Amino acid sequence: MVCQFCKLKEATVHVTEIADNKVKKVDACAACAKEKNYNDPAAFAIADHLLGLGAAQKMEEASEAVGALSCDQCGYTQADFKKSGRLGCAHCYDIFSEGLDSVLKTMHKDIRHRGKVPAAMQKAVASGQRLQRLNQDLQVAIAQEDFESAARLRDEIKAFKASE
Amino acid sequence: MSILDFLVPASEACLRSGPHDKIVLSSRVRLARNLRTVPFPSHSKKAERIKAFETLMPAVQSLSQLGDETFSESMDKLPALDKQVLVERHLISREHAAKNAGSGIVLNRQENVCVMVNEEDHLRMQALRPGLQLRQAWMAIDAVDTALQEKVEFAFTERYGFLTACPTNLGTGIRVSAMLHLPGLVLAEQINQIIQAVNKLGLAVRGLYGEGTEALGNVFQVSNQMTLGEPENDIVERINKVLLQIIEHEENARLSQMEKKPAVLLNHIGRAYGVLGNSWSISSKEAMNLISFLRLGVDLGVFGKTPKSLTDELFLRSQPAHLQLAHPLREKLGSDERDLFRAQMLRERTALIPKPDPQVLLGGRRDEGTPE
Repeated sequence: MVCQFCKLKEATVHVTEIADNKVKKVDACAACAKEKNYNDPAAFAIADHLLGLGAAQKMEEASEAVGALSCDQCGYTQADFKKSGRLGCAHCYDIFSEGLDSVLKTMHKDIRHRGKVPAAMQKAVASGQRLQRLNQDLQVAIAQEDFESAARLRDEIKAFKASE
Repeated sequence: MSILDFLVPASEACLRSGPHDKIVLSSRVRLARNLRTVPFPSHSKKAERIKAFETLMPAVQSLSQLGDETFSESMDKLPALDKQVLVERHLISREHAAKNAGSGIVLNRQENVCVMVNEEDHLRMQALRPGLQLRQAWMAIDAVDTALQEKVEFAFTERYGFLTACPTNLGTGIRVSAMLHLPGLVLAEQINQIIQAVNKLGLAVRGLYGEGTEALGNVFQVSNQMTLGEPENDIVERINKVLLQIIEHEENARLSQMEKKPAVLLNHIGRAYGVLGNSWSISSKEAMNLISFLRLGVDLGVFGKTPKSLTDELFLRSQPAHLQLAHPLREKLGSDERDLFRAQMLRERTALIPKPDPQVLLGGRRDEGTPE
């Protein structure tokens, strides 16, 4: 059988996918399979099983985006994450955050927390959110060339930072 | 004190009742939390796991929310049978039952708050309530969590919320679930439609013991999948709303079966009664499926004043560890011996239930056919 993508080499990777009740068959050579992300059916299956269909590909992309990162606190690596679908410690969320967001998008309602905040963090979170909002408003004002508002917002941010 | 002495007997545990408990067996809310400074249990070294254990066990035990009397133990000190009993009572996960040194459990006297230490996360805390009481369960576990935050520092970021080993639990770390008995929808062959509709709403439907388990005895578990990007209250309310709808569908399915196919219903219930009362060897799978119809019969009033707690007790006592516990020798039973002993227990108990009264289901229909 010839690879369906390059139509040159012998197809050695055969994947059967069922999505939306449709069966999709892929027969590819090793090089094309790698290019199309069909190279590692095992990792594929585990990720899909854990995170729902489609997650595996997102994860693959995520791992490419962050390269061969590892956590400087617990030593967890990108490969560990790919294999288990889990993280090693709290700090991993900082280290792997770049690739993580696209994975989180596939499994959650949003990628920002909107629930309970520990009492000790409440003040910090509230002021962080306020500062973020002011900065967003400032960017909008500048973009719209509304310099009156921009000046007011700039002063407000300054005052807010000073009061913290 | 052993956990077997701490737990109330199966007969007493099944007396607990709550709203909509004809259909909703129990409600549960679980929170996942981790310590900020220690790696997650799956990736930590033994010394780190023990450090987390030694920090968390006393902190949890000292919570006033758990009352004066608690049971707490390290998982390596619990015999396999005791762990299995806890799984069958839905107090710990099957994964947690497999843990040993460095993992633990704290359970309150009412058996409605149970904390697992060093499961997949440092803490898996859950509140359980009979019937449909998701809000109450959420409030109970929220209070435990808030009190605990005064004693230990959890891994939390403004962006991602509470950090968990698996990103599927990230944010709120909440898993809201209810156990439903849906024989009507199964008989009416509407269950797959319901499952698909529920899935589309971002909720998962699973079997009796959660992830990867079969729906034995027409018992299904519905739970949220998304934990990030939505406040806890919204998640609780959304599931509550869906559950009320499922309850309505189940009630309608039962009513329409009673109206259109009373003989089919009676056949299932009568055969279940007959087999449970007369078998000499029965597997747990067959027993659970039959007890489900017995319970349906009780719900429909076919068995006179028999309380549903009796059928729930049969369900619980048919499970392997509970059977072994009831055996006079408490020896590890082989699966053949277990099937014999299960049949004996079920025969004795079913003898206490009066014969099914067909008039309850056929009565209305016969009147229709009777000339005036």
